Amino acid sequence: MEMQKLYLLVPLAPLCGAIIAGLFCRVIPRWLAHTVTIAGVAASFVASVIIFNDVQAGNAYNGSVYTWMTSGDYKFEVGFLIDSLTTTMMLVVTFVSLMVHIYTIGYMQEDPGYNRFFSYISLFTFSMLMLVMANNFMQLFFGWEAVGLVSYLLIGFWYTRPTAIFANMKAFLVNRVGDFGFILGIGLVLAHFGTLDYATVFQKAPEMASTKIDLFGAGSAVSLMTATCICLFIGAMGKSAQVPLHVWLPDSMEGPTPISALIHAATMVTAGIFMVARTSPLFELSTTALSFVIVIGAITALFMGFLGIIQNDIKRVVAYSTLSQLGYMTVALGASAYSVAIFHLMTHAFFKALLFLAAGSVIIGMHHEQDIRQMGGLRKYMPITWITSLIGSLALIGTPFLSGFYSKDSIIEAVALSHIPGAGFAYFAVIAGVFVTAFYSFRMYFLVFHGEERFGKVHAEHHGSHDDDNSSAHDHHHGLAPGQKPHETPWVVWLPLVLLAIPSLALGFITIGPMVFGDYFKGAIFIDHQAHPAMSHFSEHFHGAVAMGIHSLTTLPFILALSGVLTAWFFYMKRPDIPAAIQRRFSAINTLFENKYYFDKINEFVFAGGARLLGKALWRGGDVATIDGVMVNGSAKLVGFVASITRVFQTGYVYHYAFTMIIGLVAMISWFVLRALPLNAY
Amino acid sequence: MSNYPLISLAIWTPILVGLAVLATGSDRNAPLARMLALAGAIVGLLVTIPLWTGFDVSSAGMQFVELRAWIPGFNINYHLGVDGISMLFVLLNSFITIIVVLAGWEVIQQKVAQYNAAFLIMSGLMNGIFTSLDGILFYVFFEASLIPMYLIIGVWGGPNRVYAALKFFLYTLFGSLLFLLALMYLFIQSGGSFSILDWHKLPIALGSQIWLFLAFLIAFAVKVPMWPVHTWLPDAHVEAPTGGSIVLAAIALKLGAYGFLRFSLPITPDASHELSGLVIALSLIAVVYIGFVALVQSDMKKLVAYSSIAHMGFVTLGFFMFSAMGIEGALVQMVSHGFVSGAMFFCIGVMYDRVHSRQIADYGGVVNTMPKFAALFMLFSMANAGLPATSGFVGEFMVILAAVKFNFWVAFAAATSLIVGAAYTLWMYKRVIFGDVANHHVAELSDINNREFLILGVLAICTLWMGLYPEPFTEVMHASVNDLLRHVAISKIQ
Repeated sequence: MEMQKLYLLVPLAPLCGAIIAGLFCRVIPRWLAHTVTIAGVAASFVASVIIFNDVQAGNAYNGSVYTWMTSGDYKFEVGFLIDSLTTTMMLVVTFVSLMVHIYTIGYMQEDPGYNRFFSYISLFTFSMLMLVMANNFMQLFFGWEAVGLVSYLLIGFWYTRPTAIFANMKAFLVNRVGDFGFILGIGLVLAHFGTLDYATVFQKAPEMASTKIDLFGAGSAVSLMTATCICLFIGAMGKSAQVPLHVWLPDSMEGPTPISALIHAATMVTAGIFMVARTSPLFELSTTALSFVIVIGAITALFMGFLGIIQNDIKRVVAYSTLSQLGYMTVALGASAYSVAIFHLMTHAFFKALLFLAAGSVIIGMHHEQDIRQMGGLRKYMPITWITSLIGSLALIGTPFLSGFYSKDSIIEAVALSHIPGAGFAYFAVIAGVFVTAFYSFRMYFLVFHGEERFGKVHAEHHGSHDDDNSSAHDHHHGLAPGQKPHETPWVVWLPLVLLAIPSLALGFITIGPMVFGDYFKGAIFIDHQAHPAMSHFSEHFHGAVAMGIHSLTTLPFILALSGVLTAWFFYMKRPDIPAAIQRRFSAINTLFENKYYFDKINEFVFAGGARLLGKALWRGGDVATIDGVMVNGSAKLVGFVASITRVFQTGYVYHYAFTMIIGLVAMISWFVLRALPLNAY
Repeated sequence: MSNYPLISLAIWTPILVGLAVLATGSDRNAPLARMLALAGAIVGLLVTIPLWTGFDVSSAGMQFVELRAWIPGFNINYHLGVDGISMLFVLLNSFITIIVVLAGWEVIQQKVAQYNAAFLIMSGLMNGIFTSLDGILFYVFFEASLIPMYLIIGVWGGPNRVYAALKFFLYTLFGSLLFLLALMYLFIQSGGSFSILDWHKLPIALGSQIWLFLAFLIAFAVKVPMWPVHTWLPDAHVEAPTGGSIVLAAIALKLGAYGFLRFSLPITPDASHELSGLVIALSLIAVVYIGFVALVQSDMKKLVAYSSIAHMGFVTLGFFMFSAMGIEGALVQMVSHGFVSGAMFFCIGVMYDRVHSRQIADYGGVVNTMPKFAALFMLFSMANAGLPATSGFVGEFMVILAAVKFNFWVAFAAATSLIVGAAYTLWMYKRVIFGDVANHHVAELSDINNREFLILGVLAICTLWMGLYPEPFTEVMHASVNDLLRHVAISKIQ
């Protein structure tokens, strides 16, 4: 009984904070707004730790809170499923959220929307917790859309900036494309399982494995599981920004940096990964769907990484890195390595939140300059930010013994051992991605923290070709005045960096054993080891975290990561003329990258433009011309025409009317009389 | 159960108070007229509450029935009753009446008594439509309710009200004549009964059912309105005053949809099955085609009017899949649309009262001067886009899920509204609310006053309540909807 109250406390505490800070945002003082929201999230974090220990002790829970609605034979409930997968997510969400709440005190101190911002991030925490704690698809969808709403509100937080309000609408609509698939997937689940409750659906799943449905007309016989899983995964592609629904994530950097860390790196964007892991009992039944997943993930992992190389906005480099890392997680899902995907989700949440918050710290230190070409040598002025950024970058590229190494290497290993169609391509992508990741991460690192101090100059040398990417920076462009030096940020800003650096360093080493190879997830994740043996083979190779780290020093990923770092050092520290020369030499590829493979242009022209054109055509051609022009006004004209003829008879002379009436009366009487008489009377 | 004639009270309280308001006469007594109208509207809602609290959810039959002879010569009776399908609409209608009286509180300064009287009388008449169990009684209320709406558009309407009124008139006349013919036919076939419940049991040959069904379809499709007989609605909305738009969207559109459940499905079940493909096709056209048309509107009221048509497409779609979740989803959508579209039209009215323009291009950056309003408008926009936790989600979700079971591609087409609905709503919101202050009109805007805040606040609570806990709403429908489905499953052809 006590635990169930605690389960309720976890989402409701941040919600209360959000309501107080939100409803009274113009009345209450700033300290009260951040105190109530931080207290709410802190309470939620503490409760999550207690629940985590309880679940570790073997007390998983699945139960409903209230019946949301009944209809026909269906019952929809709001309830919690608390197992090791849920508690992992709860800890990640509440911890990163707490760090971001504290950081925000410093980051947003000059912003007039201070209280509103705290309300939003607490509301987000509530929504995300509802998503991960759900025990059914309906509540999952609720959380799914609610985090989307808060993301929309936060990307457009600075609502007077045209780029921000374009980006937030774009994010919402692209996510809606994913949700379109997601809701059809949920519909298929309900139609064929008769319930949206996870436990019942997963229990029934094996017997539905060979069910076929006639999706494309009679006799087409598509596997139900394949159709359902692909529909669900389309939802994940929207939320977790997989190609081609990734286009919203780079633009979401228009939002304040704390939410880029919390929502667009650590938590919300991983909702898709979480959802697939949660529904692993369904995905395991369709190798086709898993192939689809692994190919989409591989494309995202590699091709989004390339784009990170040419970005000059510090936040956008990290954003493309996030896209690429989400691709890695998706690849792991496709290889049936769900536990590895969640493991990478967890380590990534810490080191990527760290990198984003560090980028935010740099931005504050640089007085809202975001262009890395205007930085350099910051390590002298911002030592804490420098060291924590280095830790984050090293974790990201997979330096042995750091968190990111264990999770990323596990993904590579699992893909290497997977035999599903597409795994070969995926292996190439994740291996090549290692070099790319190391290169763009350390390109940014060297440009920001080392080398010549390029700040404090007038930025006249902006090249036109980069303006597209930097449009965000222009609005908030202050930068350092000539002679002015960057400064280290206040403790509320650097303390979260330090607290996030610790798990970035050590968490992977500690947890890889139980999470990936142990029975940490127990029944929460299901793998069909017969059909997808990658994970069982992988665990045979595992001989402890230390051995794994030492062994890796001789393997390809380590060599690639090292050469990525060295190349970046050579290009940007030693010979800055080389990148420029390469850019000139391969201008076609450079143009392709700078236009982000033309996804935005195609979307804008084909989909947005096409929809407007279609709307205009249907409105002008259908409603105005055909329905109103011909049918409605046509019949009005017809009435008018008939009236103009009858008007001839309306002479206004009483004797005309009287005569007509008499004729009519005679005619009517004759008709009635003749009709009344039986014919045989004649 | 209660011995009071509750339904008669629900019908005649607003009508009698409306007549009393009318008696206050000229605008010198405007404050009295307003207070009286508000009191009448509140009492009108209070008398309907026992209909819900005293409702027996386990019974599929008519409840609170009143039966008196009216015109014995033709066997026409004053026969009233509610079931799980109609009860919520009586409450919704009485509730919206309060909103409408409050909405016109300061804005309407001309012919105040007549304005409020028109709404009160219309409210009573519409309660009559939802509760009539006699065909002629239904028809009388159905036609009579047009008169106040016609006057509201005609007297308090915009500059182009003559065209709108003509269009409104042409469309509805066309529909109701066919409907009257159908009633006459049923009267003769049933051997002289106008009881709708008798007609439900009447065996009819398939050919006749088809003709009856088409007559009903045209009458109700105009009201809903369904594509392609929808073009009167955007014009009527644009010309109507805010209160008129609220009633039109929140209640008047529901009359046609209600007609499908009370007449088409139970009286002509075989024809309904036979022609369900037609209705589903028209509904999907409404959802998809109208969604795109809404996208390119430059007038906010037109945009929301088109979005109403798209939302009503979900209602007719839900009805004709013949599943409990489809029909209940459609009913939920109808109630929710009452709250949400009412609120959307009120929001546009709030801006119109200040700037005197409905053009999106005349706004921009309203959030800077009206932050409270912007927050509430955001909530209703999200509800309009079907976001979970708002009422707008529940009906759409149920209908889409029912559609997946019915036919995946029907669901596929319907679910596009997730994208298109969000696109037209949020694009409008972005252009009107976000951005820098666009012009001096926007710069001079004052945020909503207490009266406006009260209206939007109450509607917001309703929207959230229905989104977070829809069970009380669906609970009352189950018995009646299941009974209807059982009835529709049995052929009437002999």
